[in-house]
Amino acid sequence: MRLHEYQAKGIFADAGIPTPDSRLATDVEEAVDAGRDVGYPVAVKAQVHVGGRGKAGGIELATDEDELREAADAILGMDLKGYHVDRVLVEEAVDFTDELYLGVTLDRGEGEPVVMVSSEGGVDIEEVAAETPEAIAREGVDPAFGLHAFQARKAVYDAGVPGDVARAVSSVLGTLYDLWEEKDASEAEINPLMVTDGGDVVAADAVLNVDDDALFRHSDLAGMEEESYTDDLERKAGEYGFDYVRLSGNVGIIGNGAGLVMATLDLVDYYDGDPANFLDIGGGAKAERVANALDMVFSDPNVDSVVFNIFGGITRGDEVARGINDALSQFDEIPKPVVVRLAGTNAEEGMEILNTELVEVERTLEAAVQRAVENATGGNL
Amino acid sequence: MSVLVDEDTRVVVQGITGGEGKFHAGQMIEYGTNVVAGAVPGKGGQAVDGVPVYDTVHEAVRREDADASVVFVPPAFAADAMFEALDTSLDLVVAITEGIPTQDMMKVNRRLSETDTHLVGPNCPGVITPGEAKLGILPGNIFSSGNVGLVSRSGTLTYQVVDNLTKRGIGQTTAIGIGGDPIIGTSFIDALELFEADPETEAVAMCGEIGGEDEEAAAKFIATQMDTPVAGFIAGRTAPPGKRMGHAGAIVSGSGTGTAESKIQALNDAGVPVGDTPEEVADHIEGFL
Repeated sequence: MRLHEYQAKGIFADAGIPTPDSRLATDVEEAVDAGRDVGYPVAVKAQVHVGGRGKAGGIELATDEDELREAADAILGMDLKGYHVDRVLVEEAVDFTDELYLGVTLDRGEGEPVVMVSSEGGVDIEEVAAETPEAIAREGVDPAFGLHAFQARKAVYDAGVPGDVARAVSSVLGTLYDLWEEKDASEAEINPLMVTDGGDVVAADAVLNVDDDALFRHSDLAGMEEESYTDDLERKAGEYGFDYVRLSGNVGIIGNGAGLVMATLDLVDYYDGDPANFLDIGGGAKAERVANALDMVFSDPNVDSVVFNIFGGITRGDEVARGINDALSQFDEIPKPVVVRLAGTNAEEGMEILNTELVEVERTLEAAVQRAVENATGGNL
Repeated sequence: MSVLVDEDTRVVVQGITGGEGKFHAGQMIEYGTNVVAGAVPGKGGQAVDGVPVYDTVHEAVRREDADASVVFVPPAFAADAMFEALDTSLDLVVAITEGIPTQDMMKVNRRLSETDTHLVGPNCPGVITPGEAKLGILPGNIFSSGNVGLVSRSGTLTYQVVDNLTKRGIGQTTAIGIGGDPIIGTSFIDALELFEADPETEAVAMCGEIGGEDEEAAAKFIATQMDTPVAGFIAGRTAPPGKRMGHAGAIVSGSGTGTAESKIQALNDAGVPVGDTPEEVADHIEGFL
């Protein structure tokens, strides 16, 4: 789950990290009021779940009310990388001498947290990591102890942060780590942490992404969750409780188990087809779930053909077959050809049960995928 | 021979009184697994399918001489269940639970590093030595005894490859589902190391997927430490970056790490053939035998 900048900043500020004065606004007049409260110059920042907002035109500076009106009018309602902007943060613009980067994330290979500091803040840190990795100081953290104060200092000095602000930056890094741990975050980031003329530090941006699997113990954060789908079908999948990812092709794919569904997509591609989606129906395949999955792929206008690939483990093939028959018999006409392949427990019984007036049945994964690709291309392979 | 589990493995099922735990304990027993105890706090003194239940894992181990556990405890309590298991002298802990907070697993793995216990999972189908024992939710009927070791991040993809092997009359020593989470107890290298040391395992099939760099690390291990031939499969070639493909750990990062291409390249560089289809994996394995 991703928090908006304004939400993350609120949490950072509560924990004692200095942040610029700011107000949230949903229309131009609110933005103007906010500008008056905060004082010019201000930054007007789109609140959407995408990175690189600045480059995409989602952040503008305004030195007076006219400029603020213009910026707020341009940004509110804009489409930013597929996301509709309905709120802006109007924020005191900070005069800075330096921009730093601070981040905490999981080092997956090591299975432990890592804190990162760079004196090259204010730009895309992944570009810095790719081009000049030595510009990022990294410090692995033993999760049994947390971040030692010396480690925060070490990372800050290793990154070449000027001595007069090193203590303040180390302190912010320590707080950022504590927040990362306390909030079950996957990423916590300040980019940039601005250093002012007077030697103060201010978090000019804030990222806090939280582990979805841990939301059960963070009801305050769960309450901040907002829909961030760019796609109606992905929204629908959320309602049905499917793991679903939409792609651009025309072969709809339904299967059980993440690895097998991914492998089915790859096979569609291997046989020169173009996968339309990833849809994991999960364990069990009750008629309602099957019907919902079919509804998902049938309602994708790009889909011309469907492959249904189920490997029955504990789930029995005959139950799956009944589920498919039930779901499809509710249609007067099957909207798009469906190829079914069943394997595993009771697959033979399942294939006997499948109504071949509703579906085409194939015995192997490869044959089923090839057939579905043919169906999608009108047999003109 | 086999790795991790065999007919002598004495299993305690943590969470045996819950729906999943009860059902799969029954399935494990039916398969022939030596399920000797259950452990559920507050349920000590009860019995499930004739299996005695204890309040603590310690008591189950002490009274029934268990040496392995299977965890069917809900996500919020699963880390505590694993810490409890790791506090005993168990040789093996298999965690089936899906949806455990990542930071919990980080701490469990930190504790694991201080013990001699093998932890398989979480978010995995378990471990099976065909004809002897299964710990987890794998469908026993599709496996057959033989000389191929299997290690995989995905449940149903494992079944697919096993099915392709079984249809050719190729059986398995042991199959290990290591799980689809970003932090897991047993890595590909850990599993490969076990198979390399097992004299009966003549070839290994490994099924990886996008996300992380465990397959790349495994490739180096295979090139430098293994004599047993390995064939691979990598799922997720068509996965777009930044999208989680079902498994919590199956994601190509925005910066481009964790791609199928990188994993396939690393395996090929290590001399490991990677099948374009599950059927091709079986072709390679058959070629090795």
